[in-house]
Amino acid sequence: MATQTLPPSAVPVAHKSGALRTILEWMGTADHKKIGLMYIVYAVLFLVVMGIEAILMRIQLAHANSTFLSPQVFNRLFTMHGTTGVFFVAMPILVGFGNYLVPLMIGARDMAFPRLNAFSFWVTAFSGFLLYGSFFAGGGFSQAGIAPDVGWFAYAPLTAPAFSPGHSTDYWTLSIMLAGVGSIAGAANMIATVIGMRCPGMTMSRLPLFAWMNLVMGGLILVTISPLTAAQLMLMGDRYLGSHFFDVAAGGSVVMWMHFFWIFGHPEVYVLIIPCFGFISEIVPVFSRKAMFGYPAMVAASVGIGFVSLGVWAHHMFTVGMPSYGNAFFVLTTMVVAVPTGIKIFNWLATMWGGKIRFDAPMLFCTGFLFQFLIAGLTGIMLATAPFDWQLGNSYFVVAHFHYVIVGGILFSIFAAFYYWFPKMTGRMLSETLGKWHFWVFLIGFHLTFDFLHIPGLLGMPRRVYTYDAGRGWETWNFIASIGTIFQVIGILIFVYNMIQAYIQGPVAGNDPWDAWTLEWATTSPPPEYNLARIPEVRSRRPLWDIKHPEDPDWKYE
Amino acid sequence: MLSLAAFAFLAPSVLAQAHSAPLSPTNIFSPDSTPAHSIFRLSIFELEVEGAIFVVVFSLLVYSVGKFRQRKHDDDSEPAQIYGSNQMELAWTVLPVLIVVVLFLTTAQVIHRVQDAKRPPGAIEVTVVGHQFWWEYRYTQYGFTTANELHVPVSDAERTTPTYLALLSADVDHSFWVPRLAGKTDLIPNHPNSMWIDPQEEGIFLGQCSQYCGTQHAKMLQRVYVQSRADFDRWVQEQKQPAVVDPSAAAGAALFIAKACFACHTIQGTMAHGVVGPDLTHVMSRDTIGSGAVPNTPENLRKWIRNPGTFKPGSLMPAQDLTDTELEQLAGYLQTLR
Repeated sequence: MATQTLPPSAVPVAHKSGALRTILEWMGTADHKKIGLMYIVYAVLFLVVMGIEAILMRIQLAHANSTFLSPQVFNRLFTMHGTTGVFFVAMPILVGFGNYLVPLMIGARDMAFPRLNAFSFWVTAFSGFLLYGSFFAGGGFSQAGIAPDVGWFAYAPLTAPAFSPGHSTDYWTLSIMLAGVGSIAGAANMIATVIGMRCPGMTMSRLPLFAWMNLVMGGLILVTISPLTAAQLMLMGDRYLGSHFFDVAAGGSVVMWMHFFWIFGHPEVYVLIIPCFGFISEIVPVFSRKAMFGYPAMVAASVGIGFVSLGVWAHHMFTVGMPSYGNAFFVLTTMVVAVPTGIKIFNWLATMWGGKIRFDAPMLFCTGFLFQFLIAGLTGIMLATAPFDWQLGNSYFVVAHFHYVIVGGILFSIFAAFYYWFPKMTGRMLSETLGKWHFWVFLIGFHLTFDFLHIPGLLGMPRRVYTYDAGRGWETWNFIASIGTIFQVIGILIFVYNMIQAYIQGPVAGNDPWDAWTLEWATTSPPPEYNLARIPEVRSRRPLWDIKHPEDPDWKYE
Repeated sequence: MLSLAAFAFLAPSVLAQAHSAPLSPTNIFSPDSTPAHSIFRLSIFELEVEGAIFVVVFSLLVYSVGKFRQRKHDDDSEPAQIYGSNQMELAWTVLPVLIVVVLFLTTAQVIHRVQDAKRPPGAIEVTVVGHQFWWEYRYTQYGFTTANELHVPVSDAERTTPTYLALLSADVDHSFWVPRLAGKTDLIPNHPNSMWIDPQEEGIFLGQCSQYCGTQHAKMLQRVYVQSRADFDRWVQEQKQPAVVDPSAAAGAALFIAKACFACHTIQGTMAHGVVGPDLTHVMSRDTIGSGAVPNTPENLRKWIRNPGTFKPGSLMPAQDLTDTELEQLAGYLQTLR
């Protein structure tokens, strides 16, 4: 493991000059750090796009009977917002951080398959642009529909040619299929890297939790993206090759699409949140100045969540008419997820307990995550209760719940990761003052929008409606939610400004600005192409703690 | 977050008072039918359990954030390193397991009670067919069909008459959701479902399609008219009658055929037997048009016939190319269908 060679660049760039040289260098790179950064920048780009889509929808819904958007445009917006958010923001940004950090954390020179890594990125990147290509060509000959408008879970038979003429649905299908290829290749690479590229002494029981989480994420992607890709193939077959998988007139089943989609769709939530657990498990100990409390339990809980999450998908289908024992089964499996999730929250809490917590921006966002993830978990249990779900399912309560998970949980932890690792990636410190402004403004916006969106759901407002009548008691809550987006936008602008400002003239970070303990902080910021000059040999979960505290090293206790 | 926390505690008491001061006609915490009541009781129990969990964990988080923050006068020494505790971790594993067991058993009981309820003799049966973007209601036992406005008798202690709904779809997935009467159940092509309601009060109960079904998913609204048994029986008698053609509206009746309206719509007692759009035999007995899109007024009716997209862009009924006279005659004819 220690004698691997440096990955060669795929394109010879020595004789080119200036901007062209830089572009070719990035396009041809197989360096995990450059690929990781490209994933992250790409995802931030699409974060802005999906944010604009969200703002348009919130303007439309701020008042009853609004005519700001036509129903056709609104339906395209929520389809694109959801699809973009899951496949072209959350997935790539997390894969990007994993790509950048895991090889550094495990003391490797690169991913196990650097060229496959580049391939994964470019396929994913292309699939996102392909999806948005539908805005230009999705109408096809019939000019019916510009962008996909079938919803992000695209229930059959709405995707059948009779209900989705033109090519907009084909753009959606092909784009998801391609993104799946990128994700599967990336996951295989990540698994191989964590299993095979660890430096001497780094046993699985000394692996940083973030690397563990990426391993679990990789396993979940392999198992769950496959049925999604299979379903897209079947849909293409139905649309163009005369197959009848989802064609009820010829004996097909539309419920089968739901099963195929949700056996992907639910574990996908864990694909996204599990690496975020990794962020939290790296940042909370460093800023509490304590070792992670109950490391083995954290690993077991994450692996447990991974396995259990594969058996809960039909809780998205409590209203499709499953028999009572079927519903009861999925209630039980879903509720069981609460147990390992509870273990994780209590272990983070116990890590903070008795520490000396430094509330720098990364820790602020982690604290926000803990509070919000608690609430998201509790509303999740409500939705897991099948009869309660018969009321809440497909209402704005669900919309509020999963945005609590995705924004309050995943996005907050991604912000924490940005503030924590930005100095490592660029060599510059982000402004702490702007970071605190970003945190508080965004926090207010988040709670204005998503706390209040629970209420119209309880008052009977279904999701995916482009407008609503006055007199249902929904106006006030929707108006407050729309106001919240203004704060969120300001928060994001502060964040982007902070990054640009710091990149150009932020204070130099040095190797280890946070006094942290994992291997990525043992090299320069940004790290050289070969990462660590000498492959280290580690003796505990916190190799840098051992160096900084030779009188009291971790390996004595583990 | 705090507002949500406060809400979790106040919700049951505040929202349950909707009878005196209605917060919303579609409030799930204001049930009026057994399935909705069962769900309501379960949700209150669950909110209490979760409220307790929330208070405990939230307090612990707030306490540790306040108590263990680094102080200005702290020295640079690191705090004591603690790597874990088997007893504590066992405790916060076993306790949640017990809570899950309790919640699961309570839930399973309610699932069984609602889903596996025995159908009493004398129950009303209605077949509901979801269409893009309206509701077809077939009262097979009485031999007539209507649209968008479901009428059911009240089911009180005197006479228990629940209504059983057989749920079908003519095109894509839809979902039947009238929150104060029951939870939602989907209408799926070639996958028959069923649900039941037994409303205990007279009144109009609102709802709407809650599974995205295409362009006008938002205006696939539902109105359930819960009537006394006598009123319901009278309504049934009226709906069973074929349409009576008023001689003064003969020109309009002819236009209904000439303009091919009959290809999509049925008017019992005439040659119009289309099944694509709503049955219009007694269209004037309904309070709304366009599946609840607008009130059924003479003016709205004319606008609707001229171009349904005025009220409901994306409606599958095409705009009609009619002269003003023709429109007047056609609308005049429809207005005789009481």
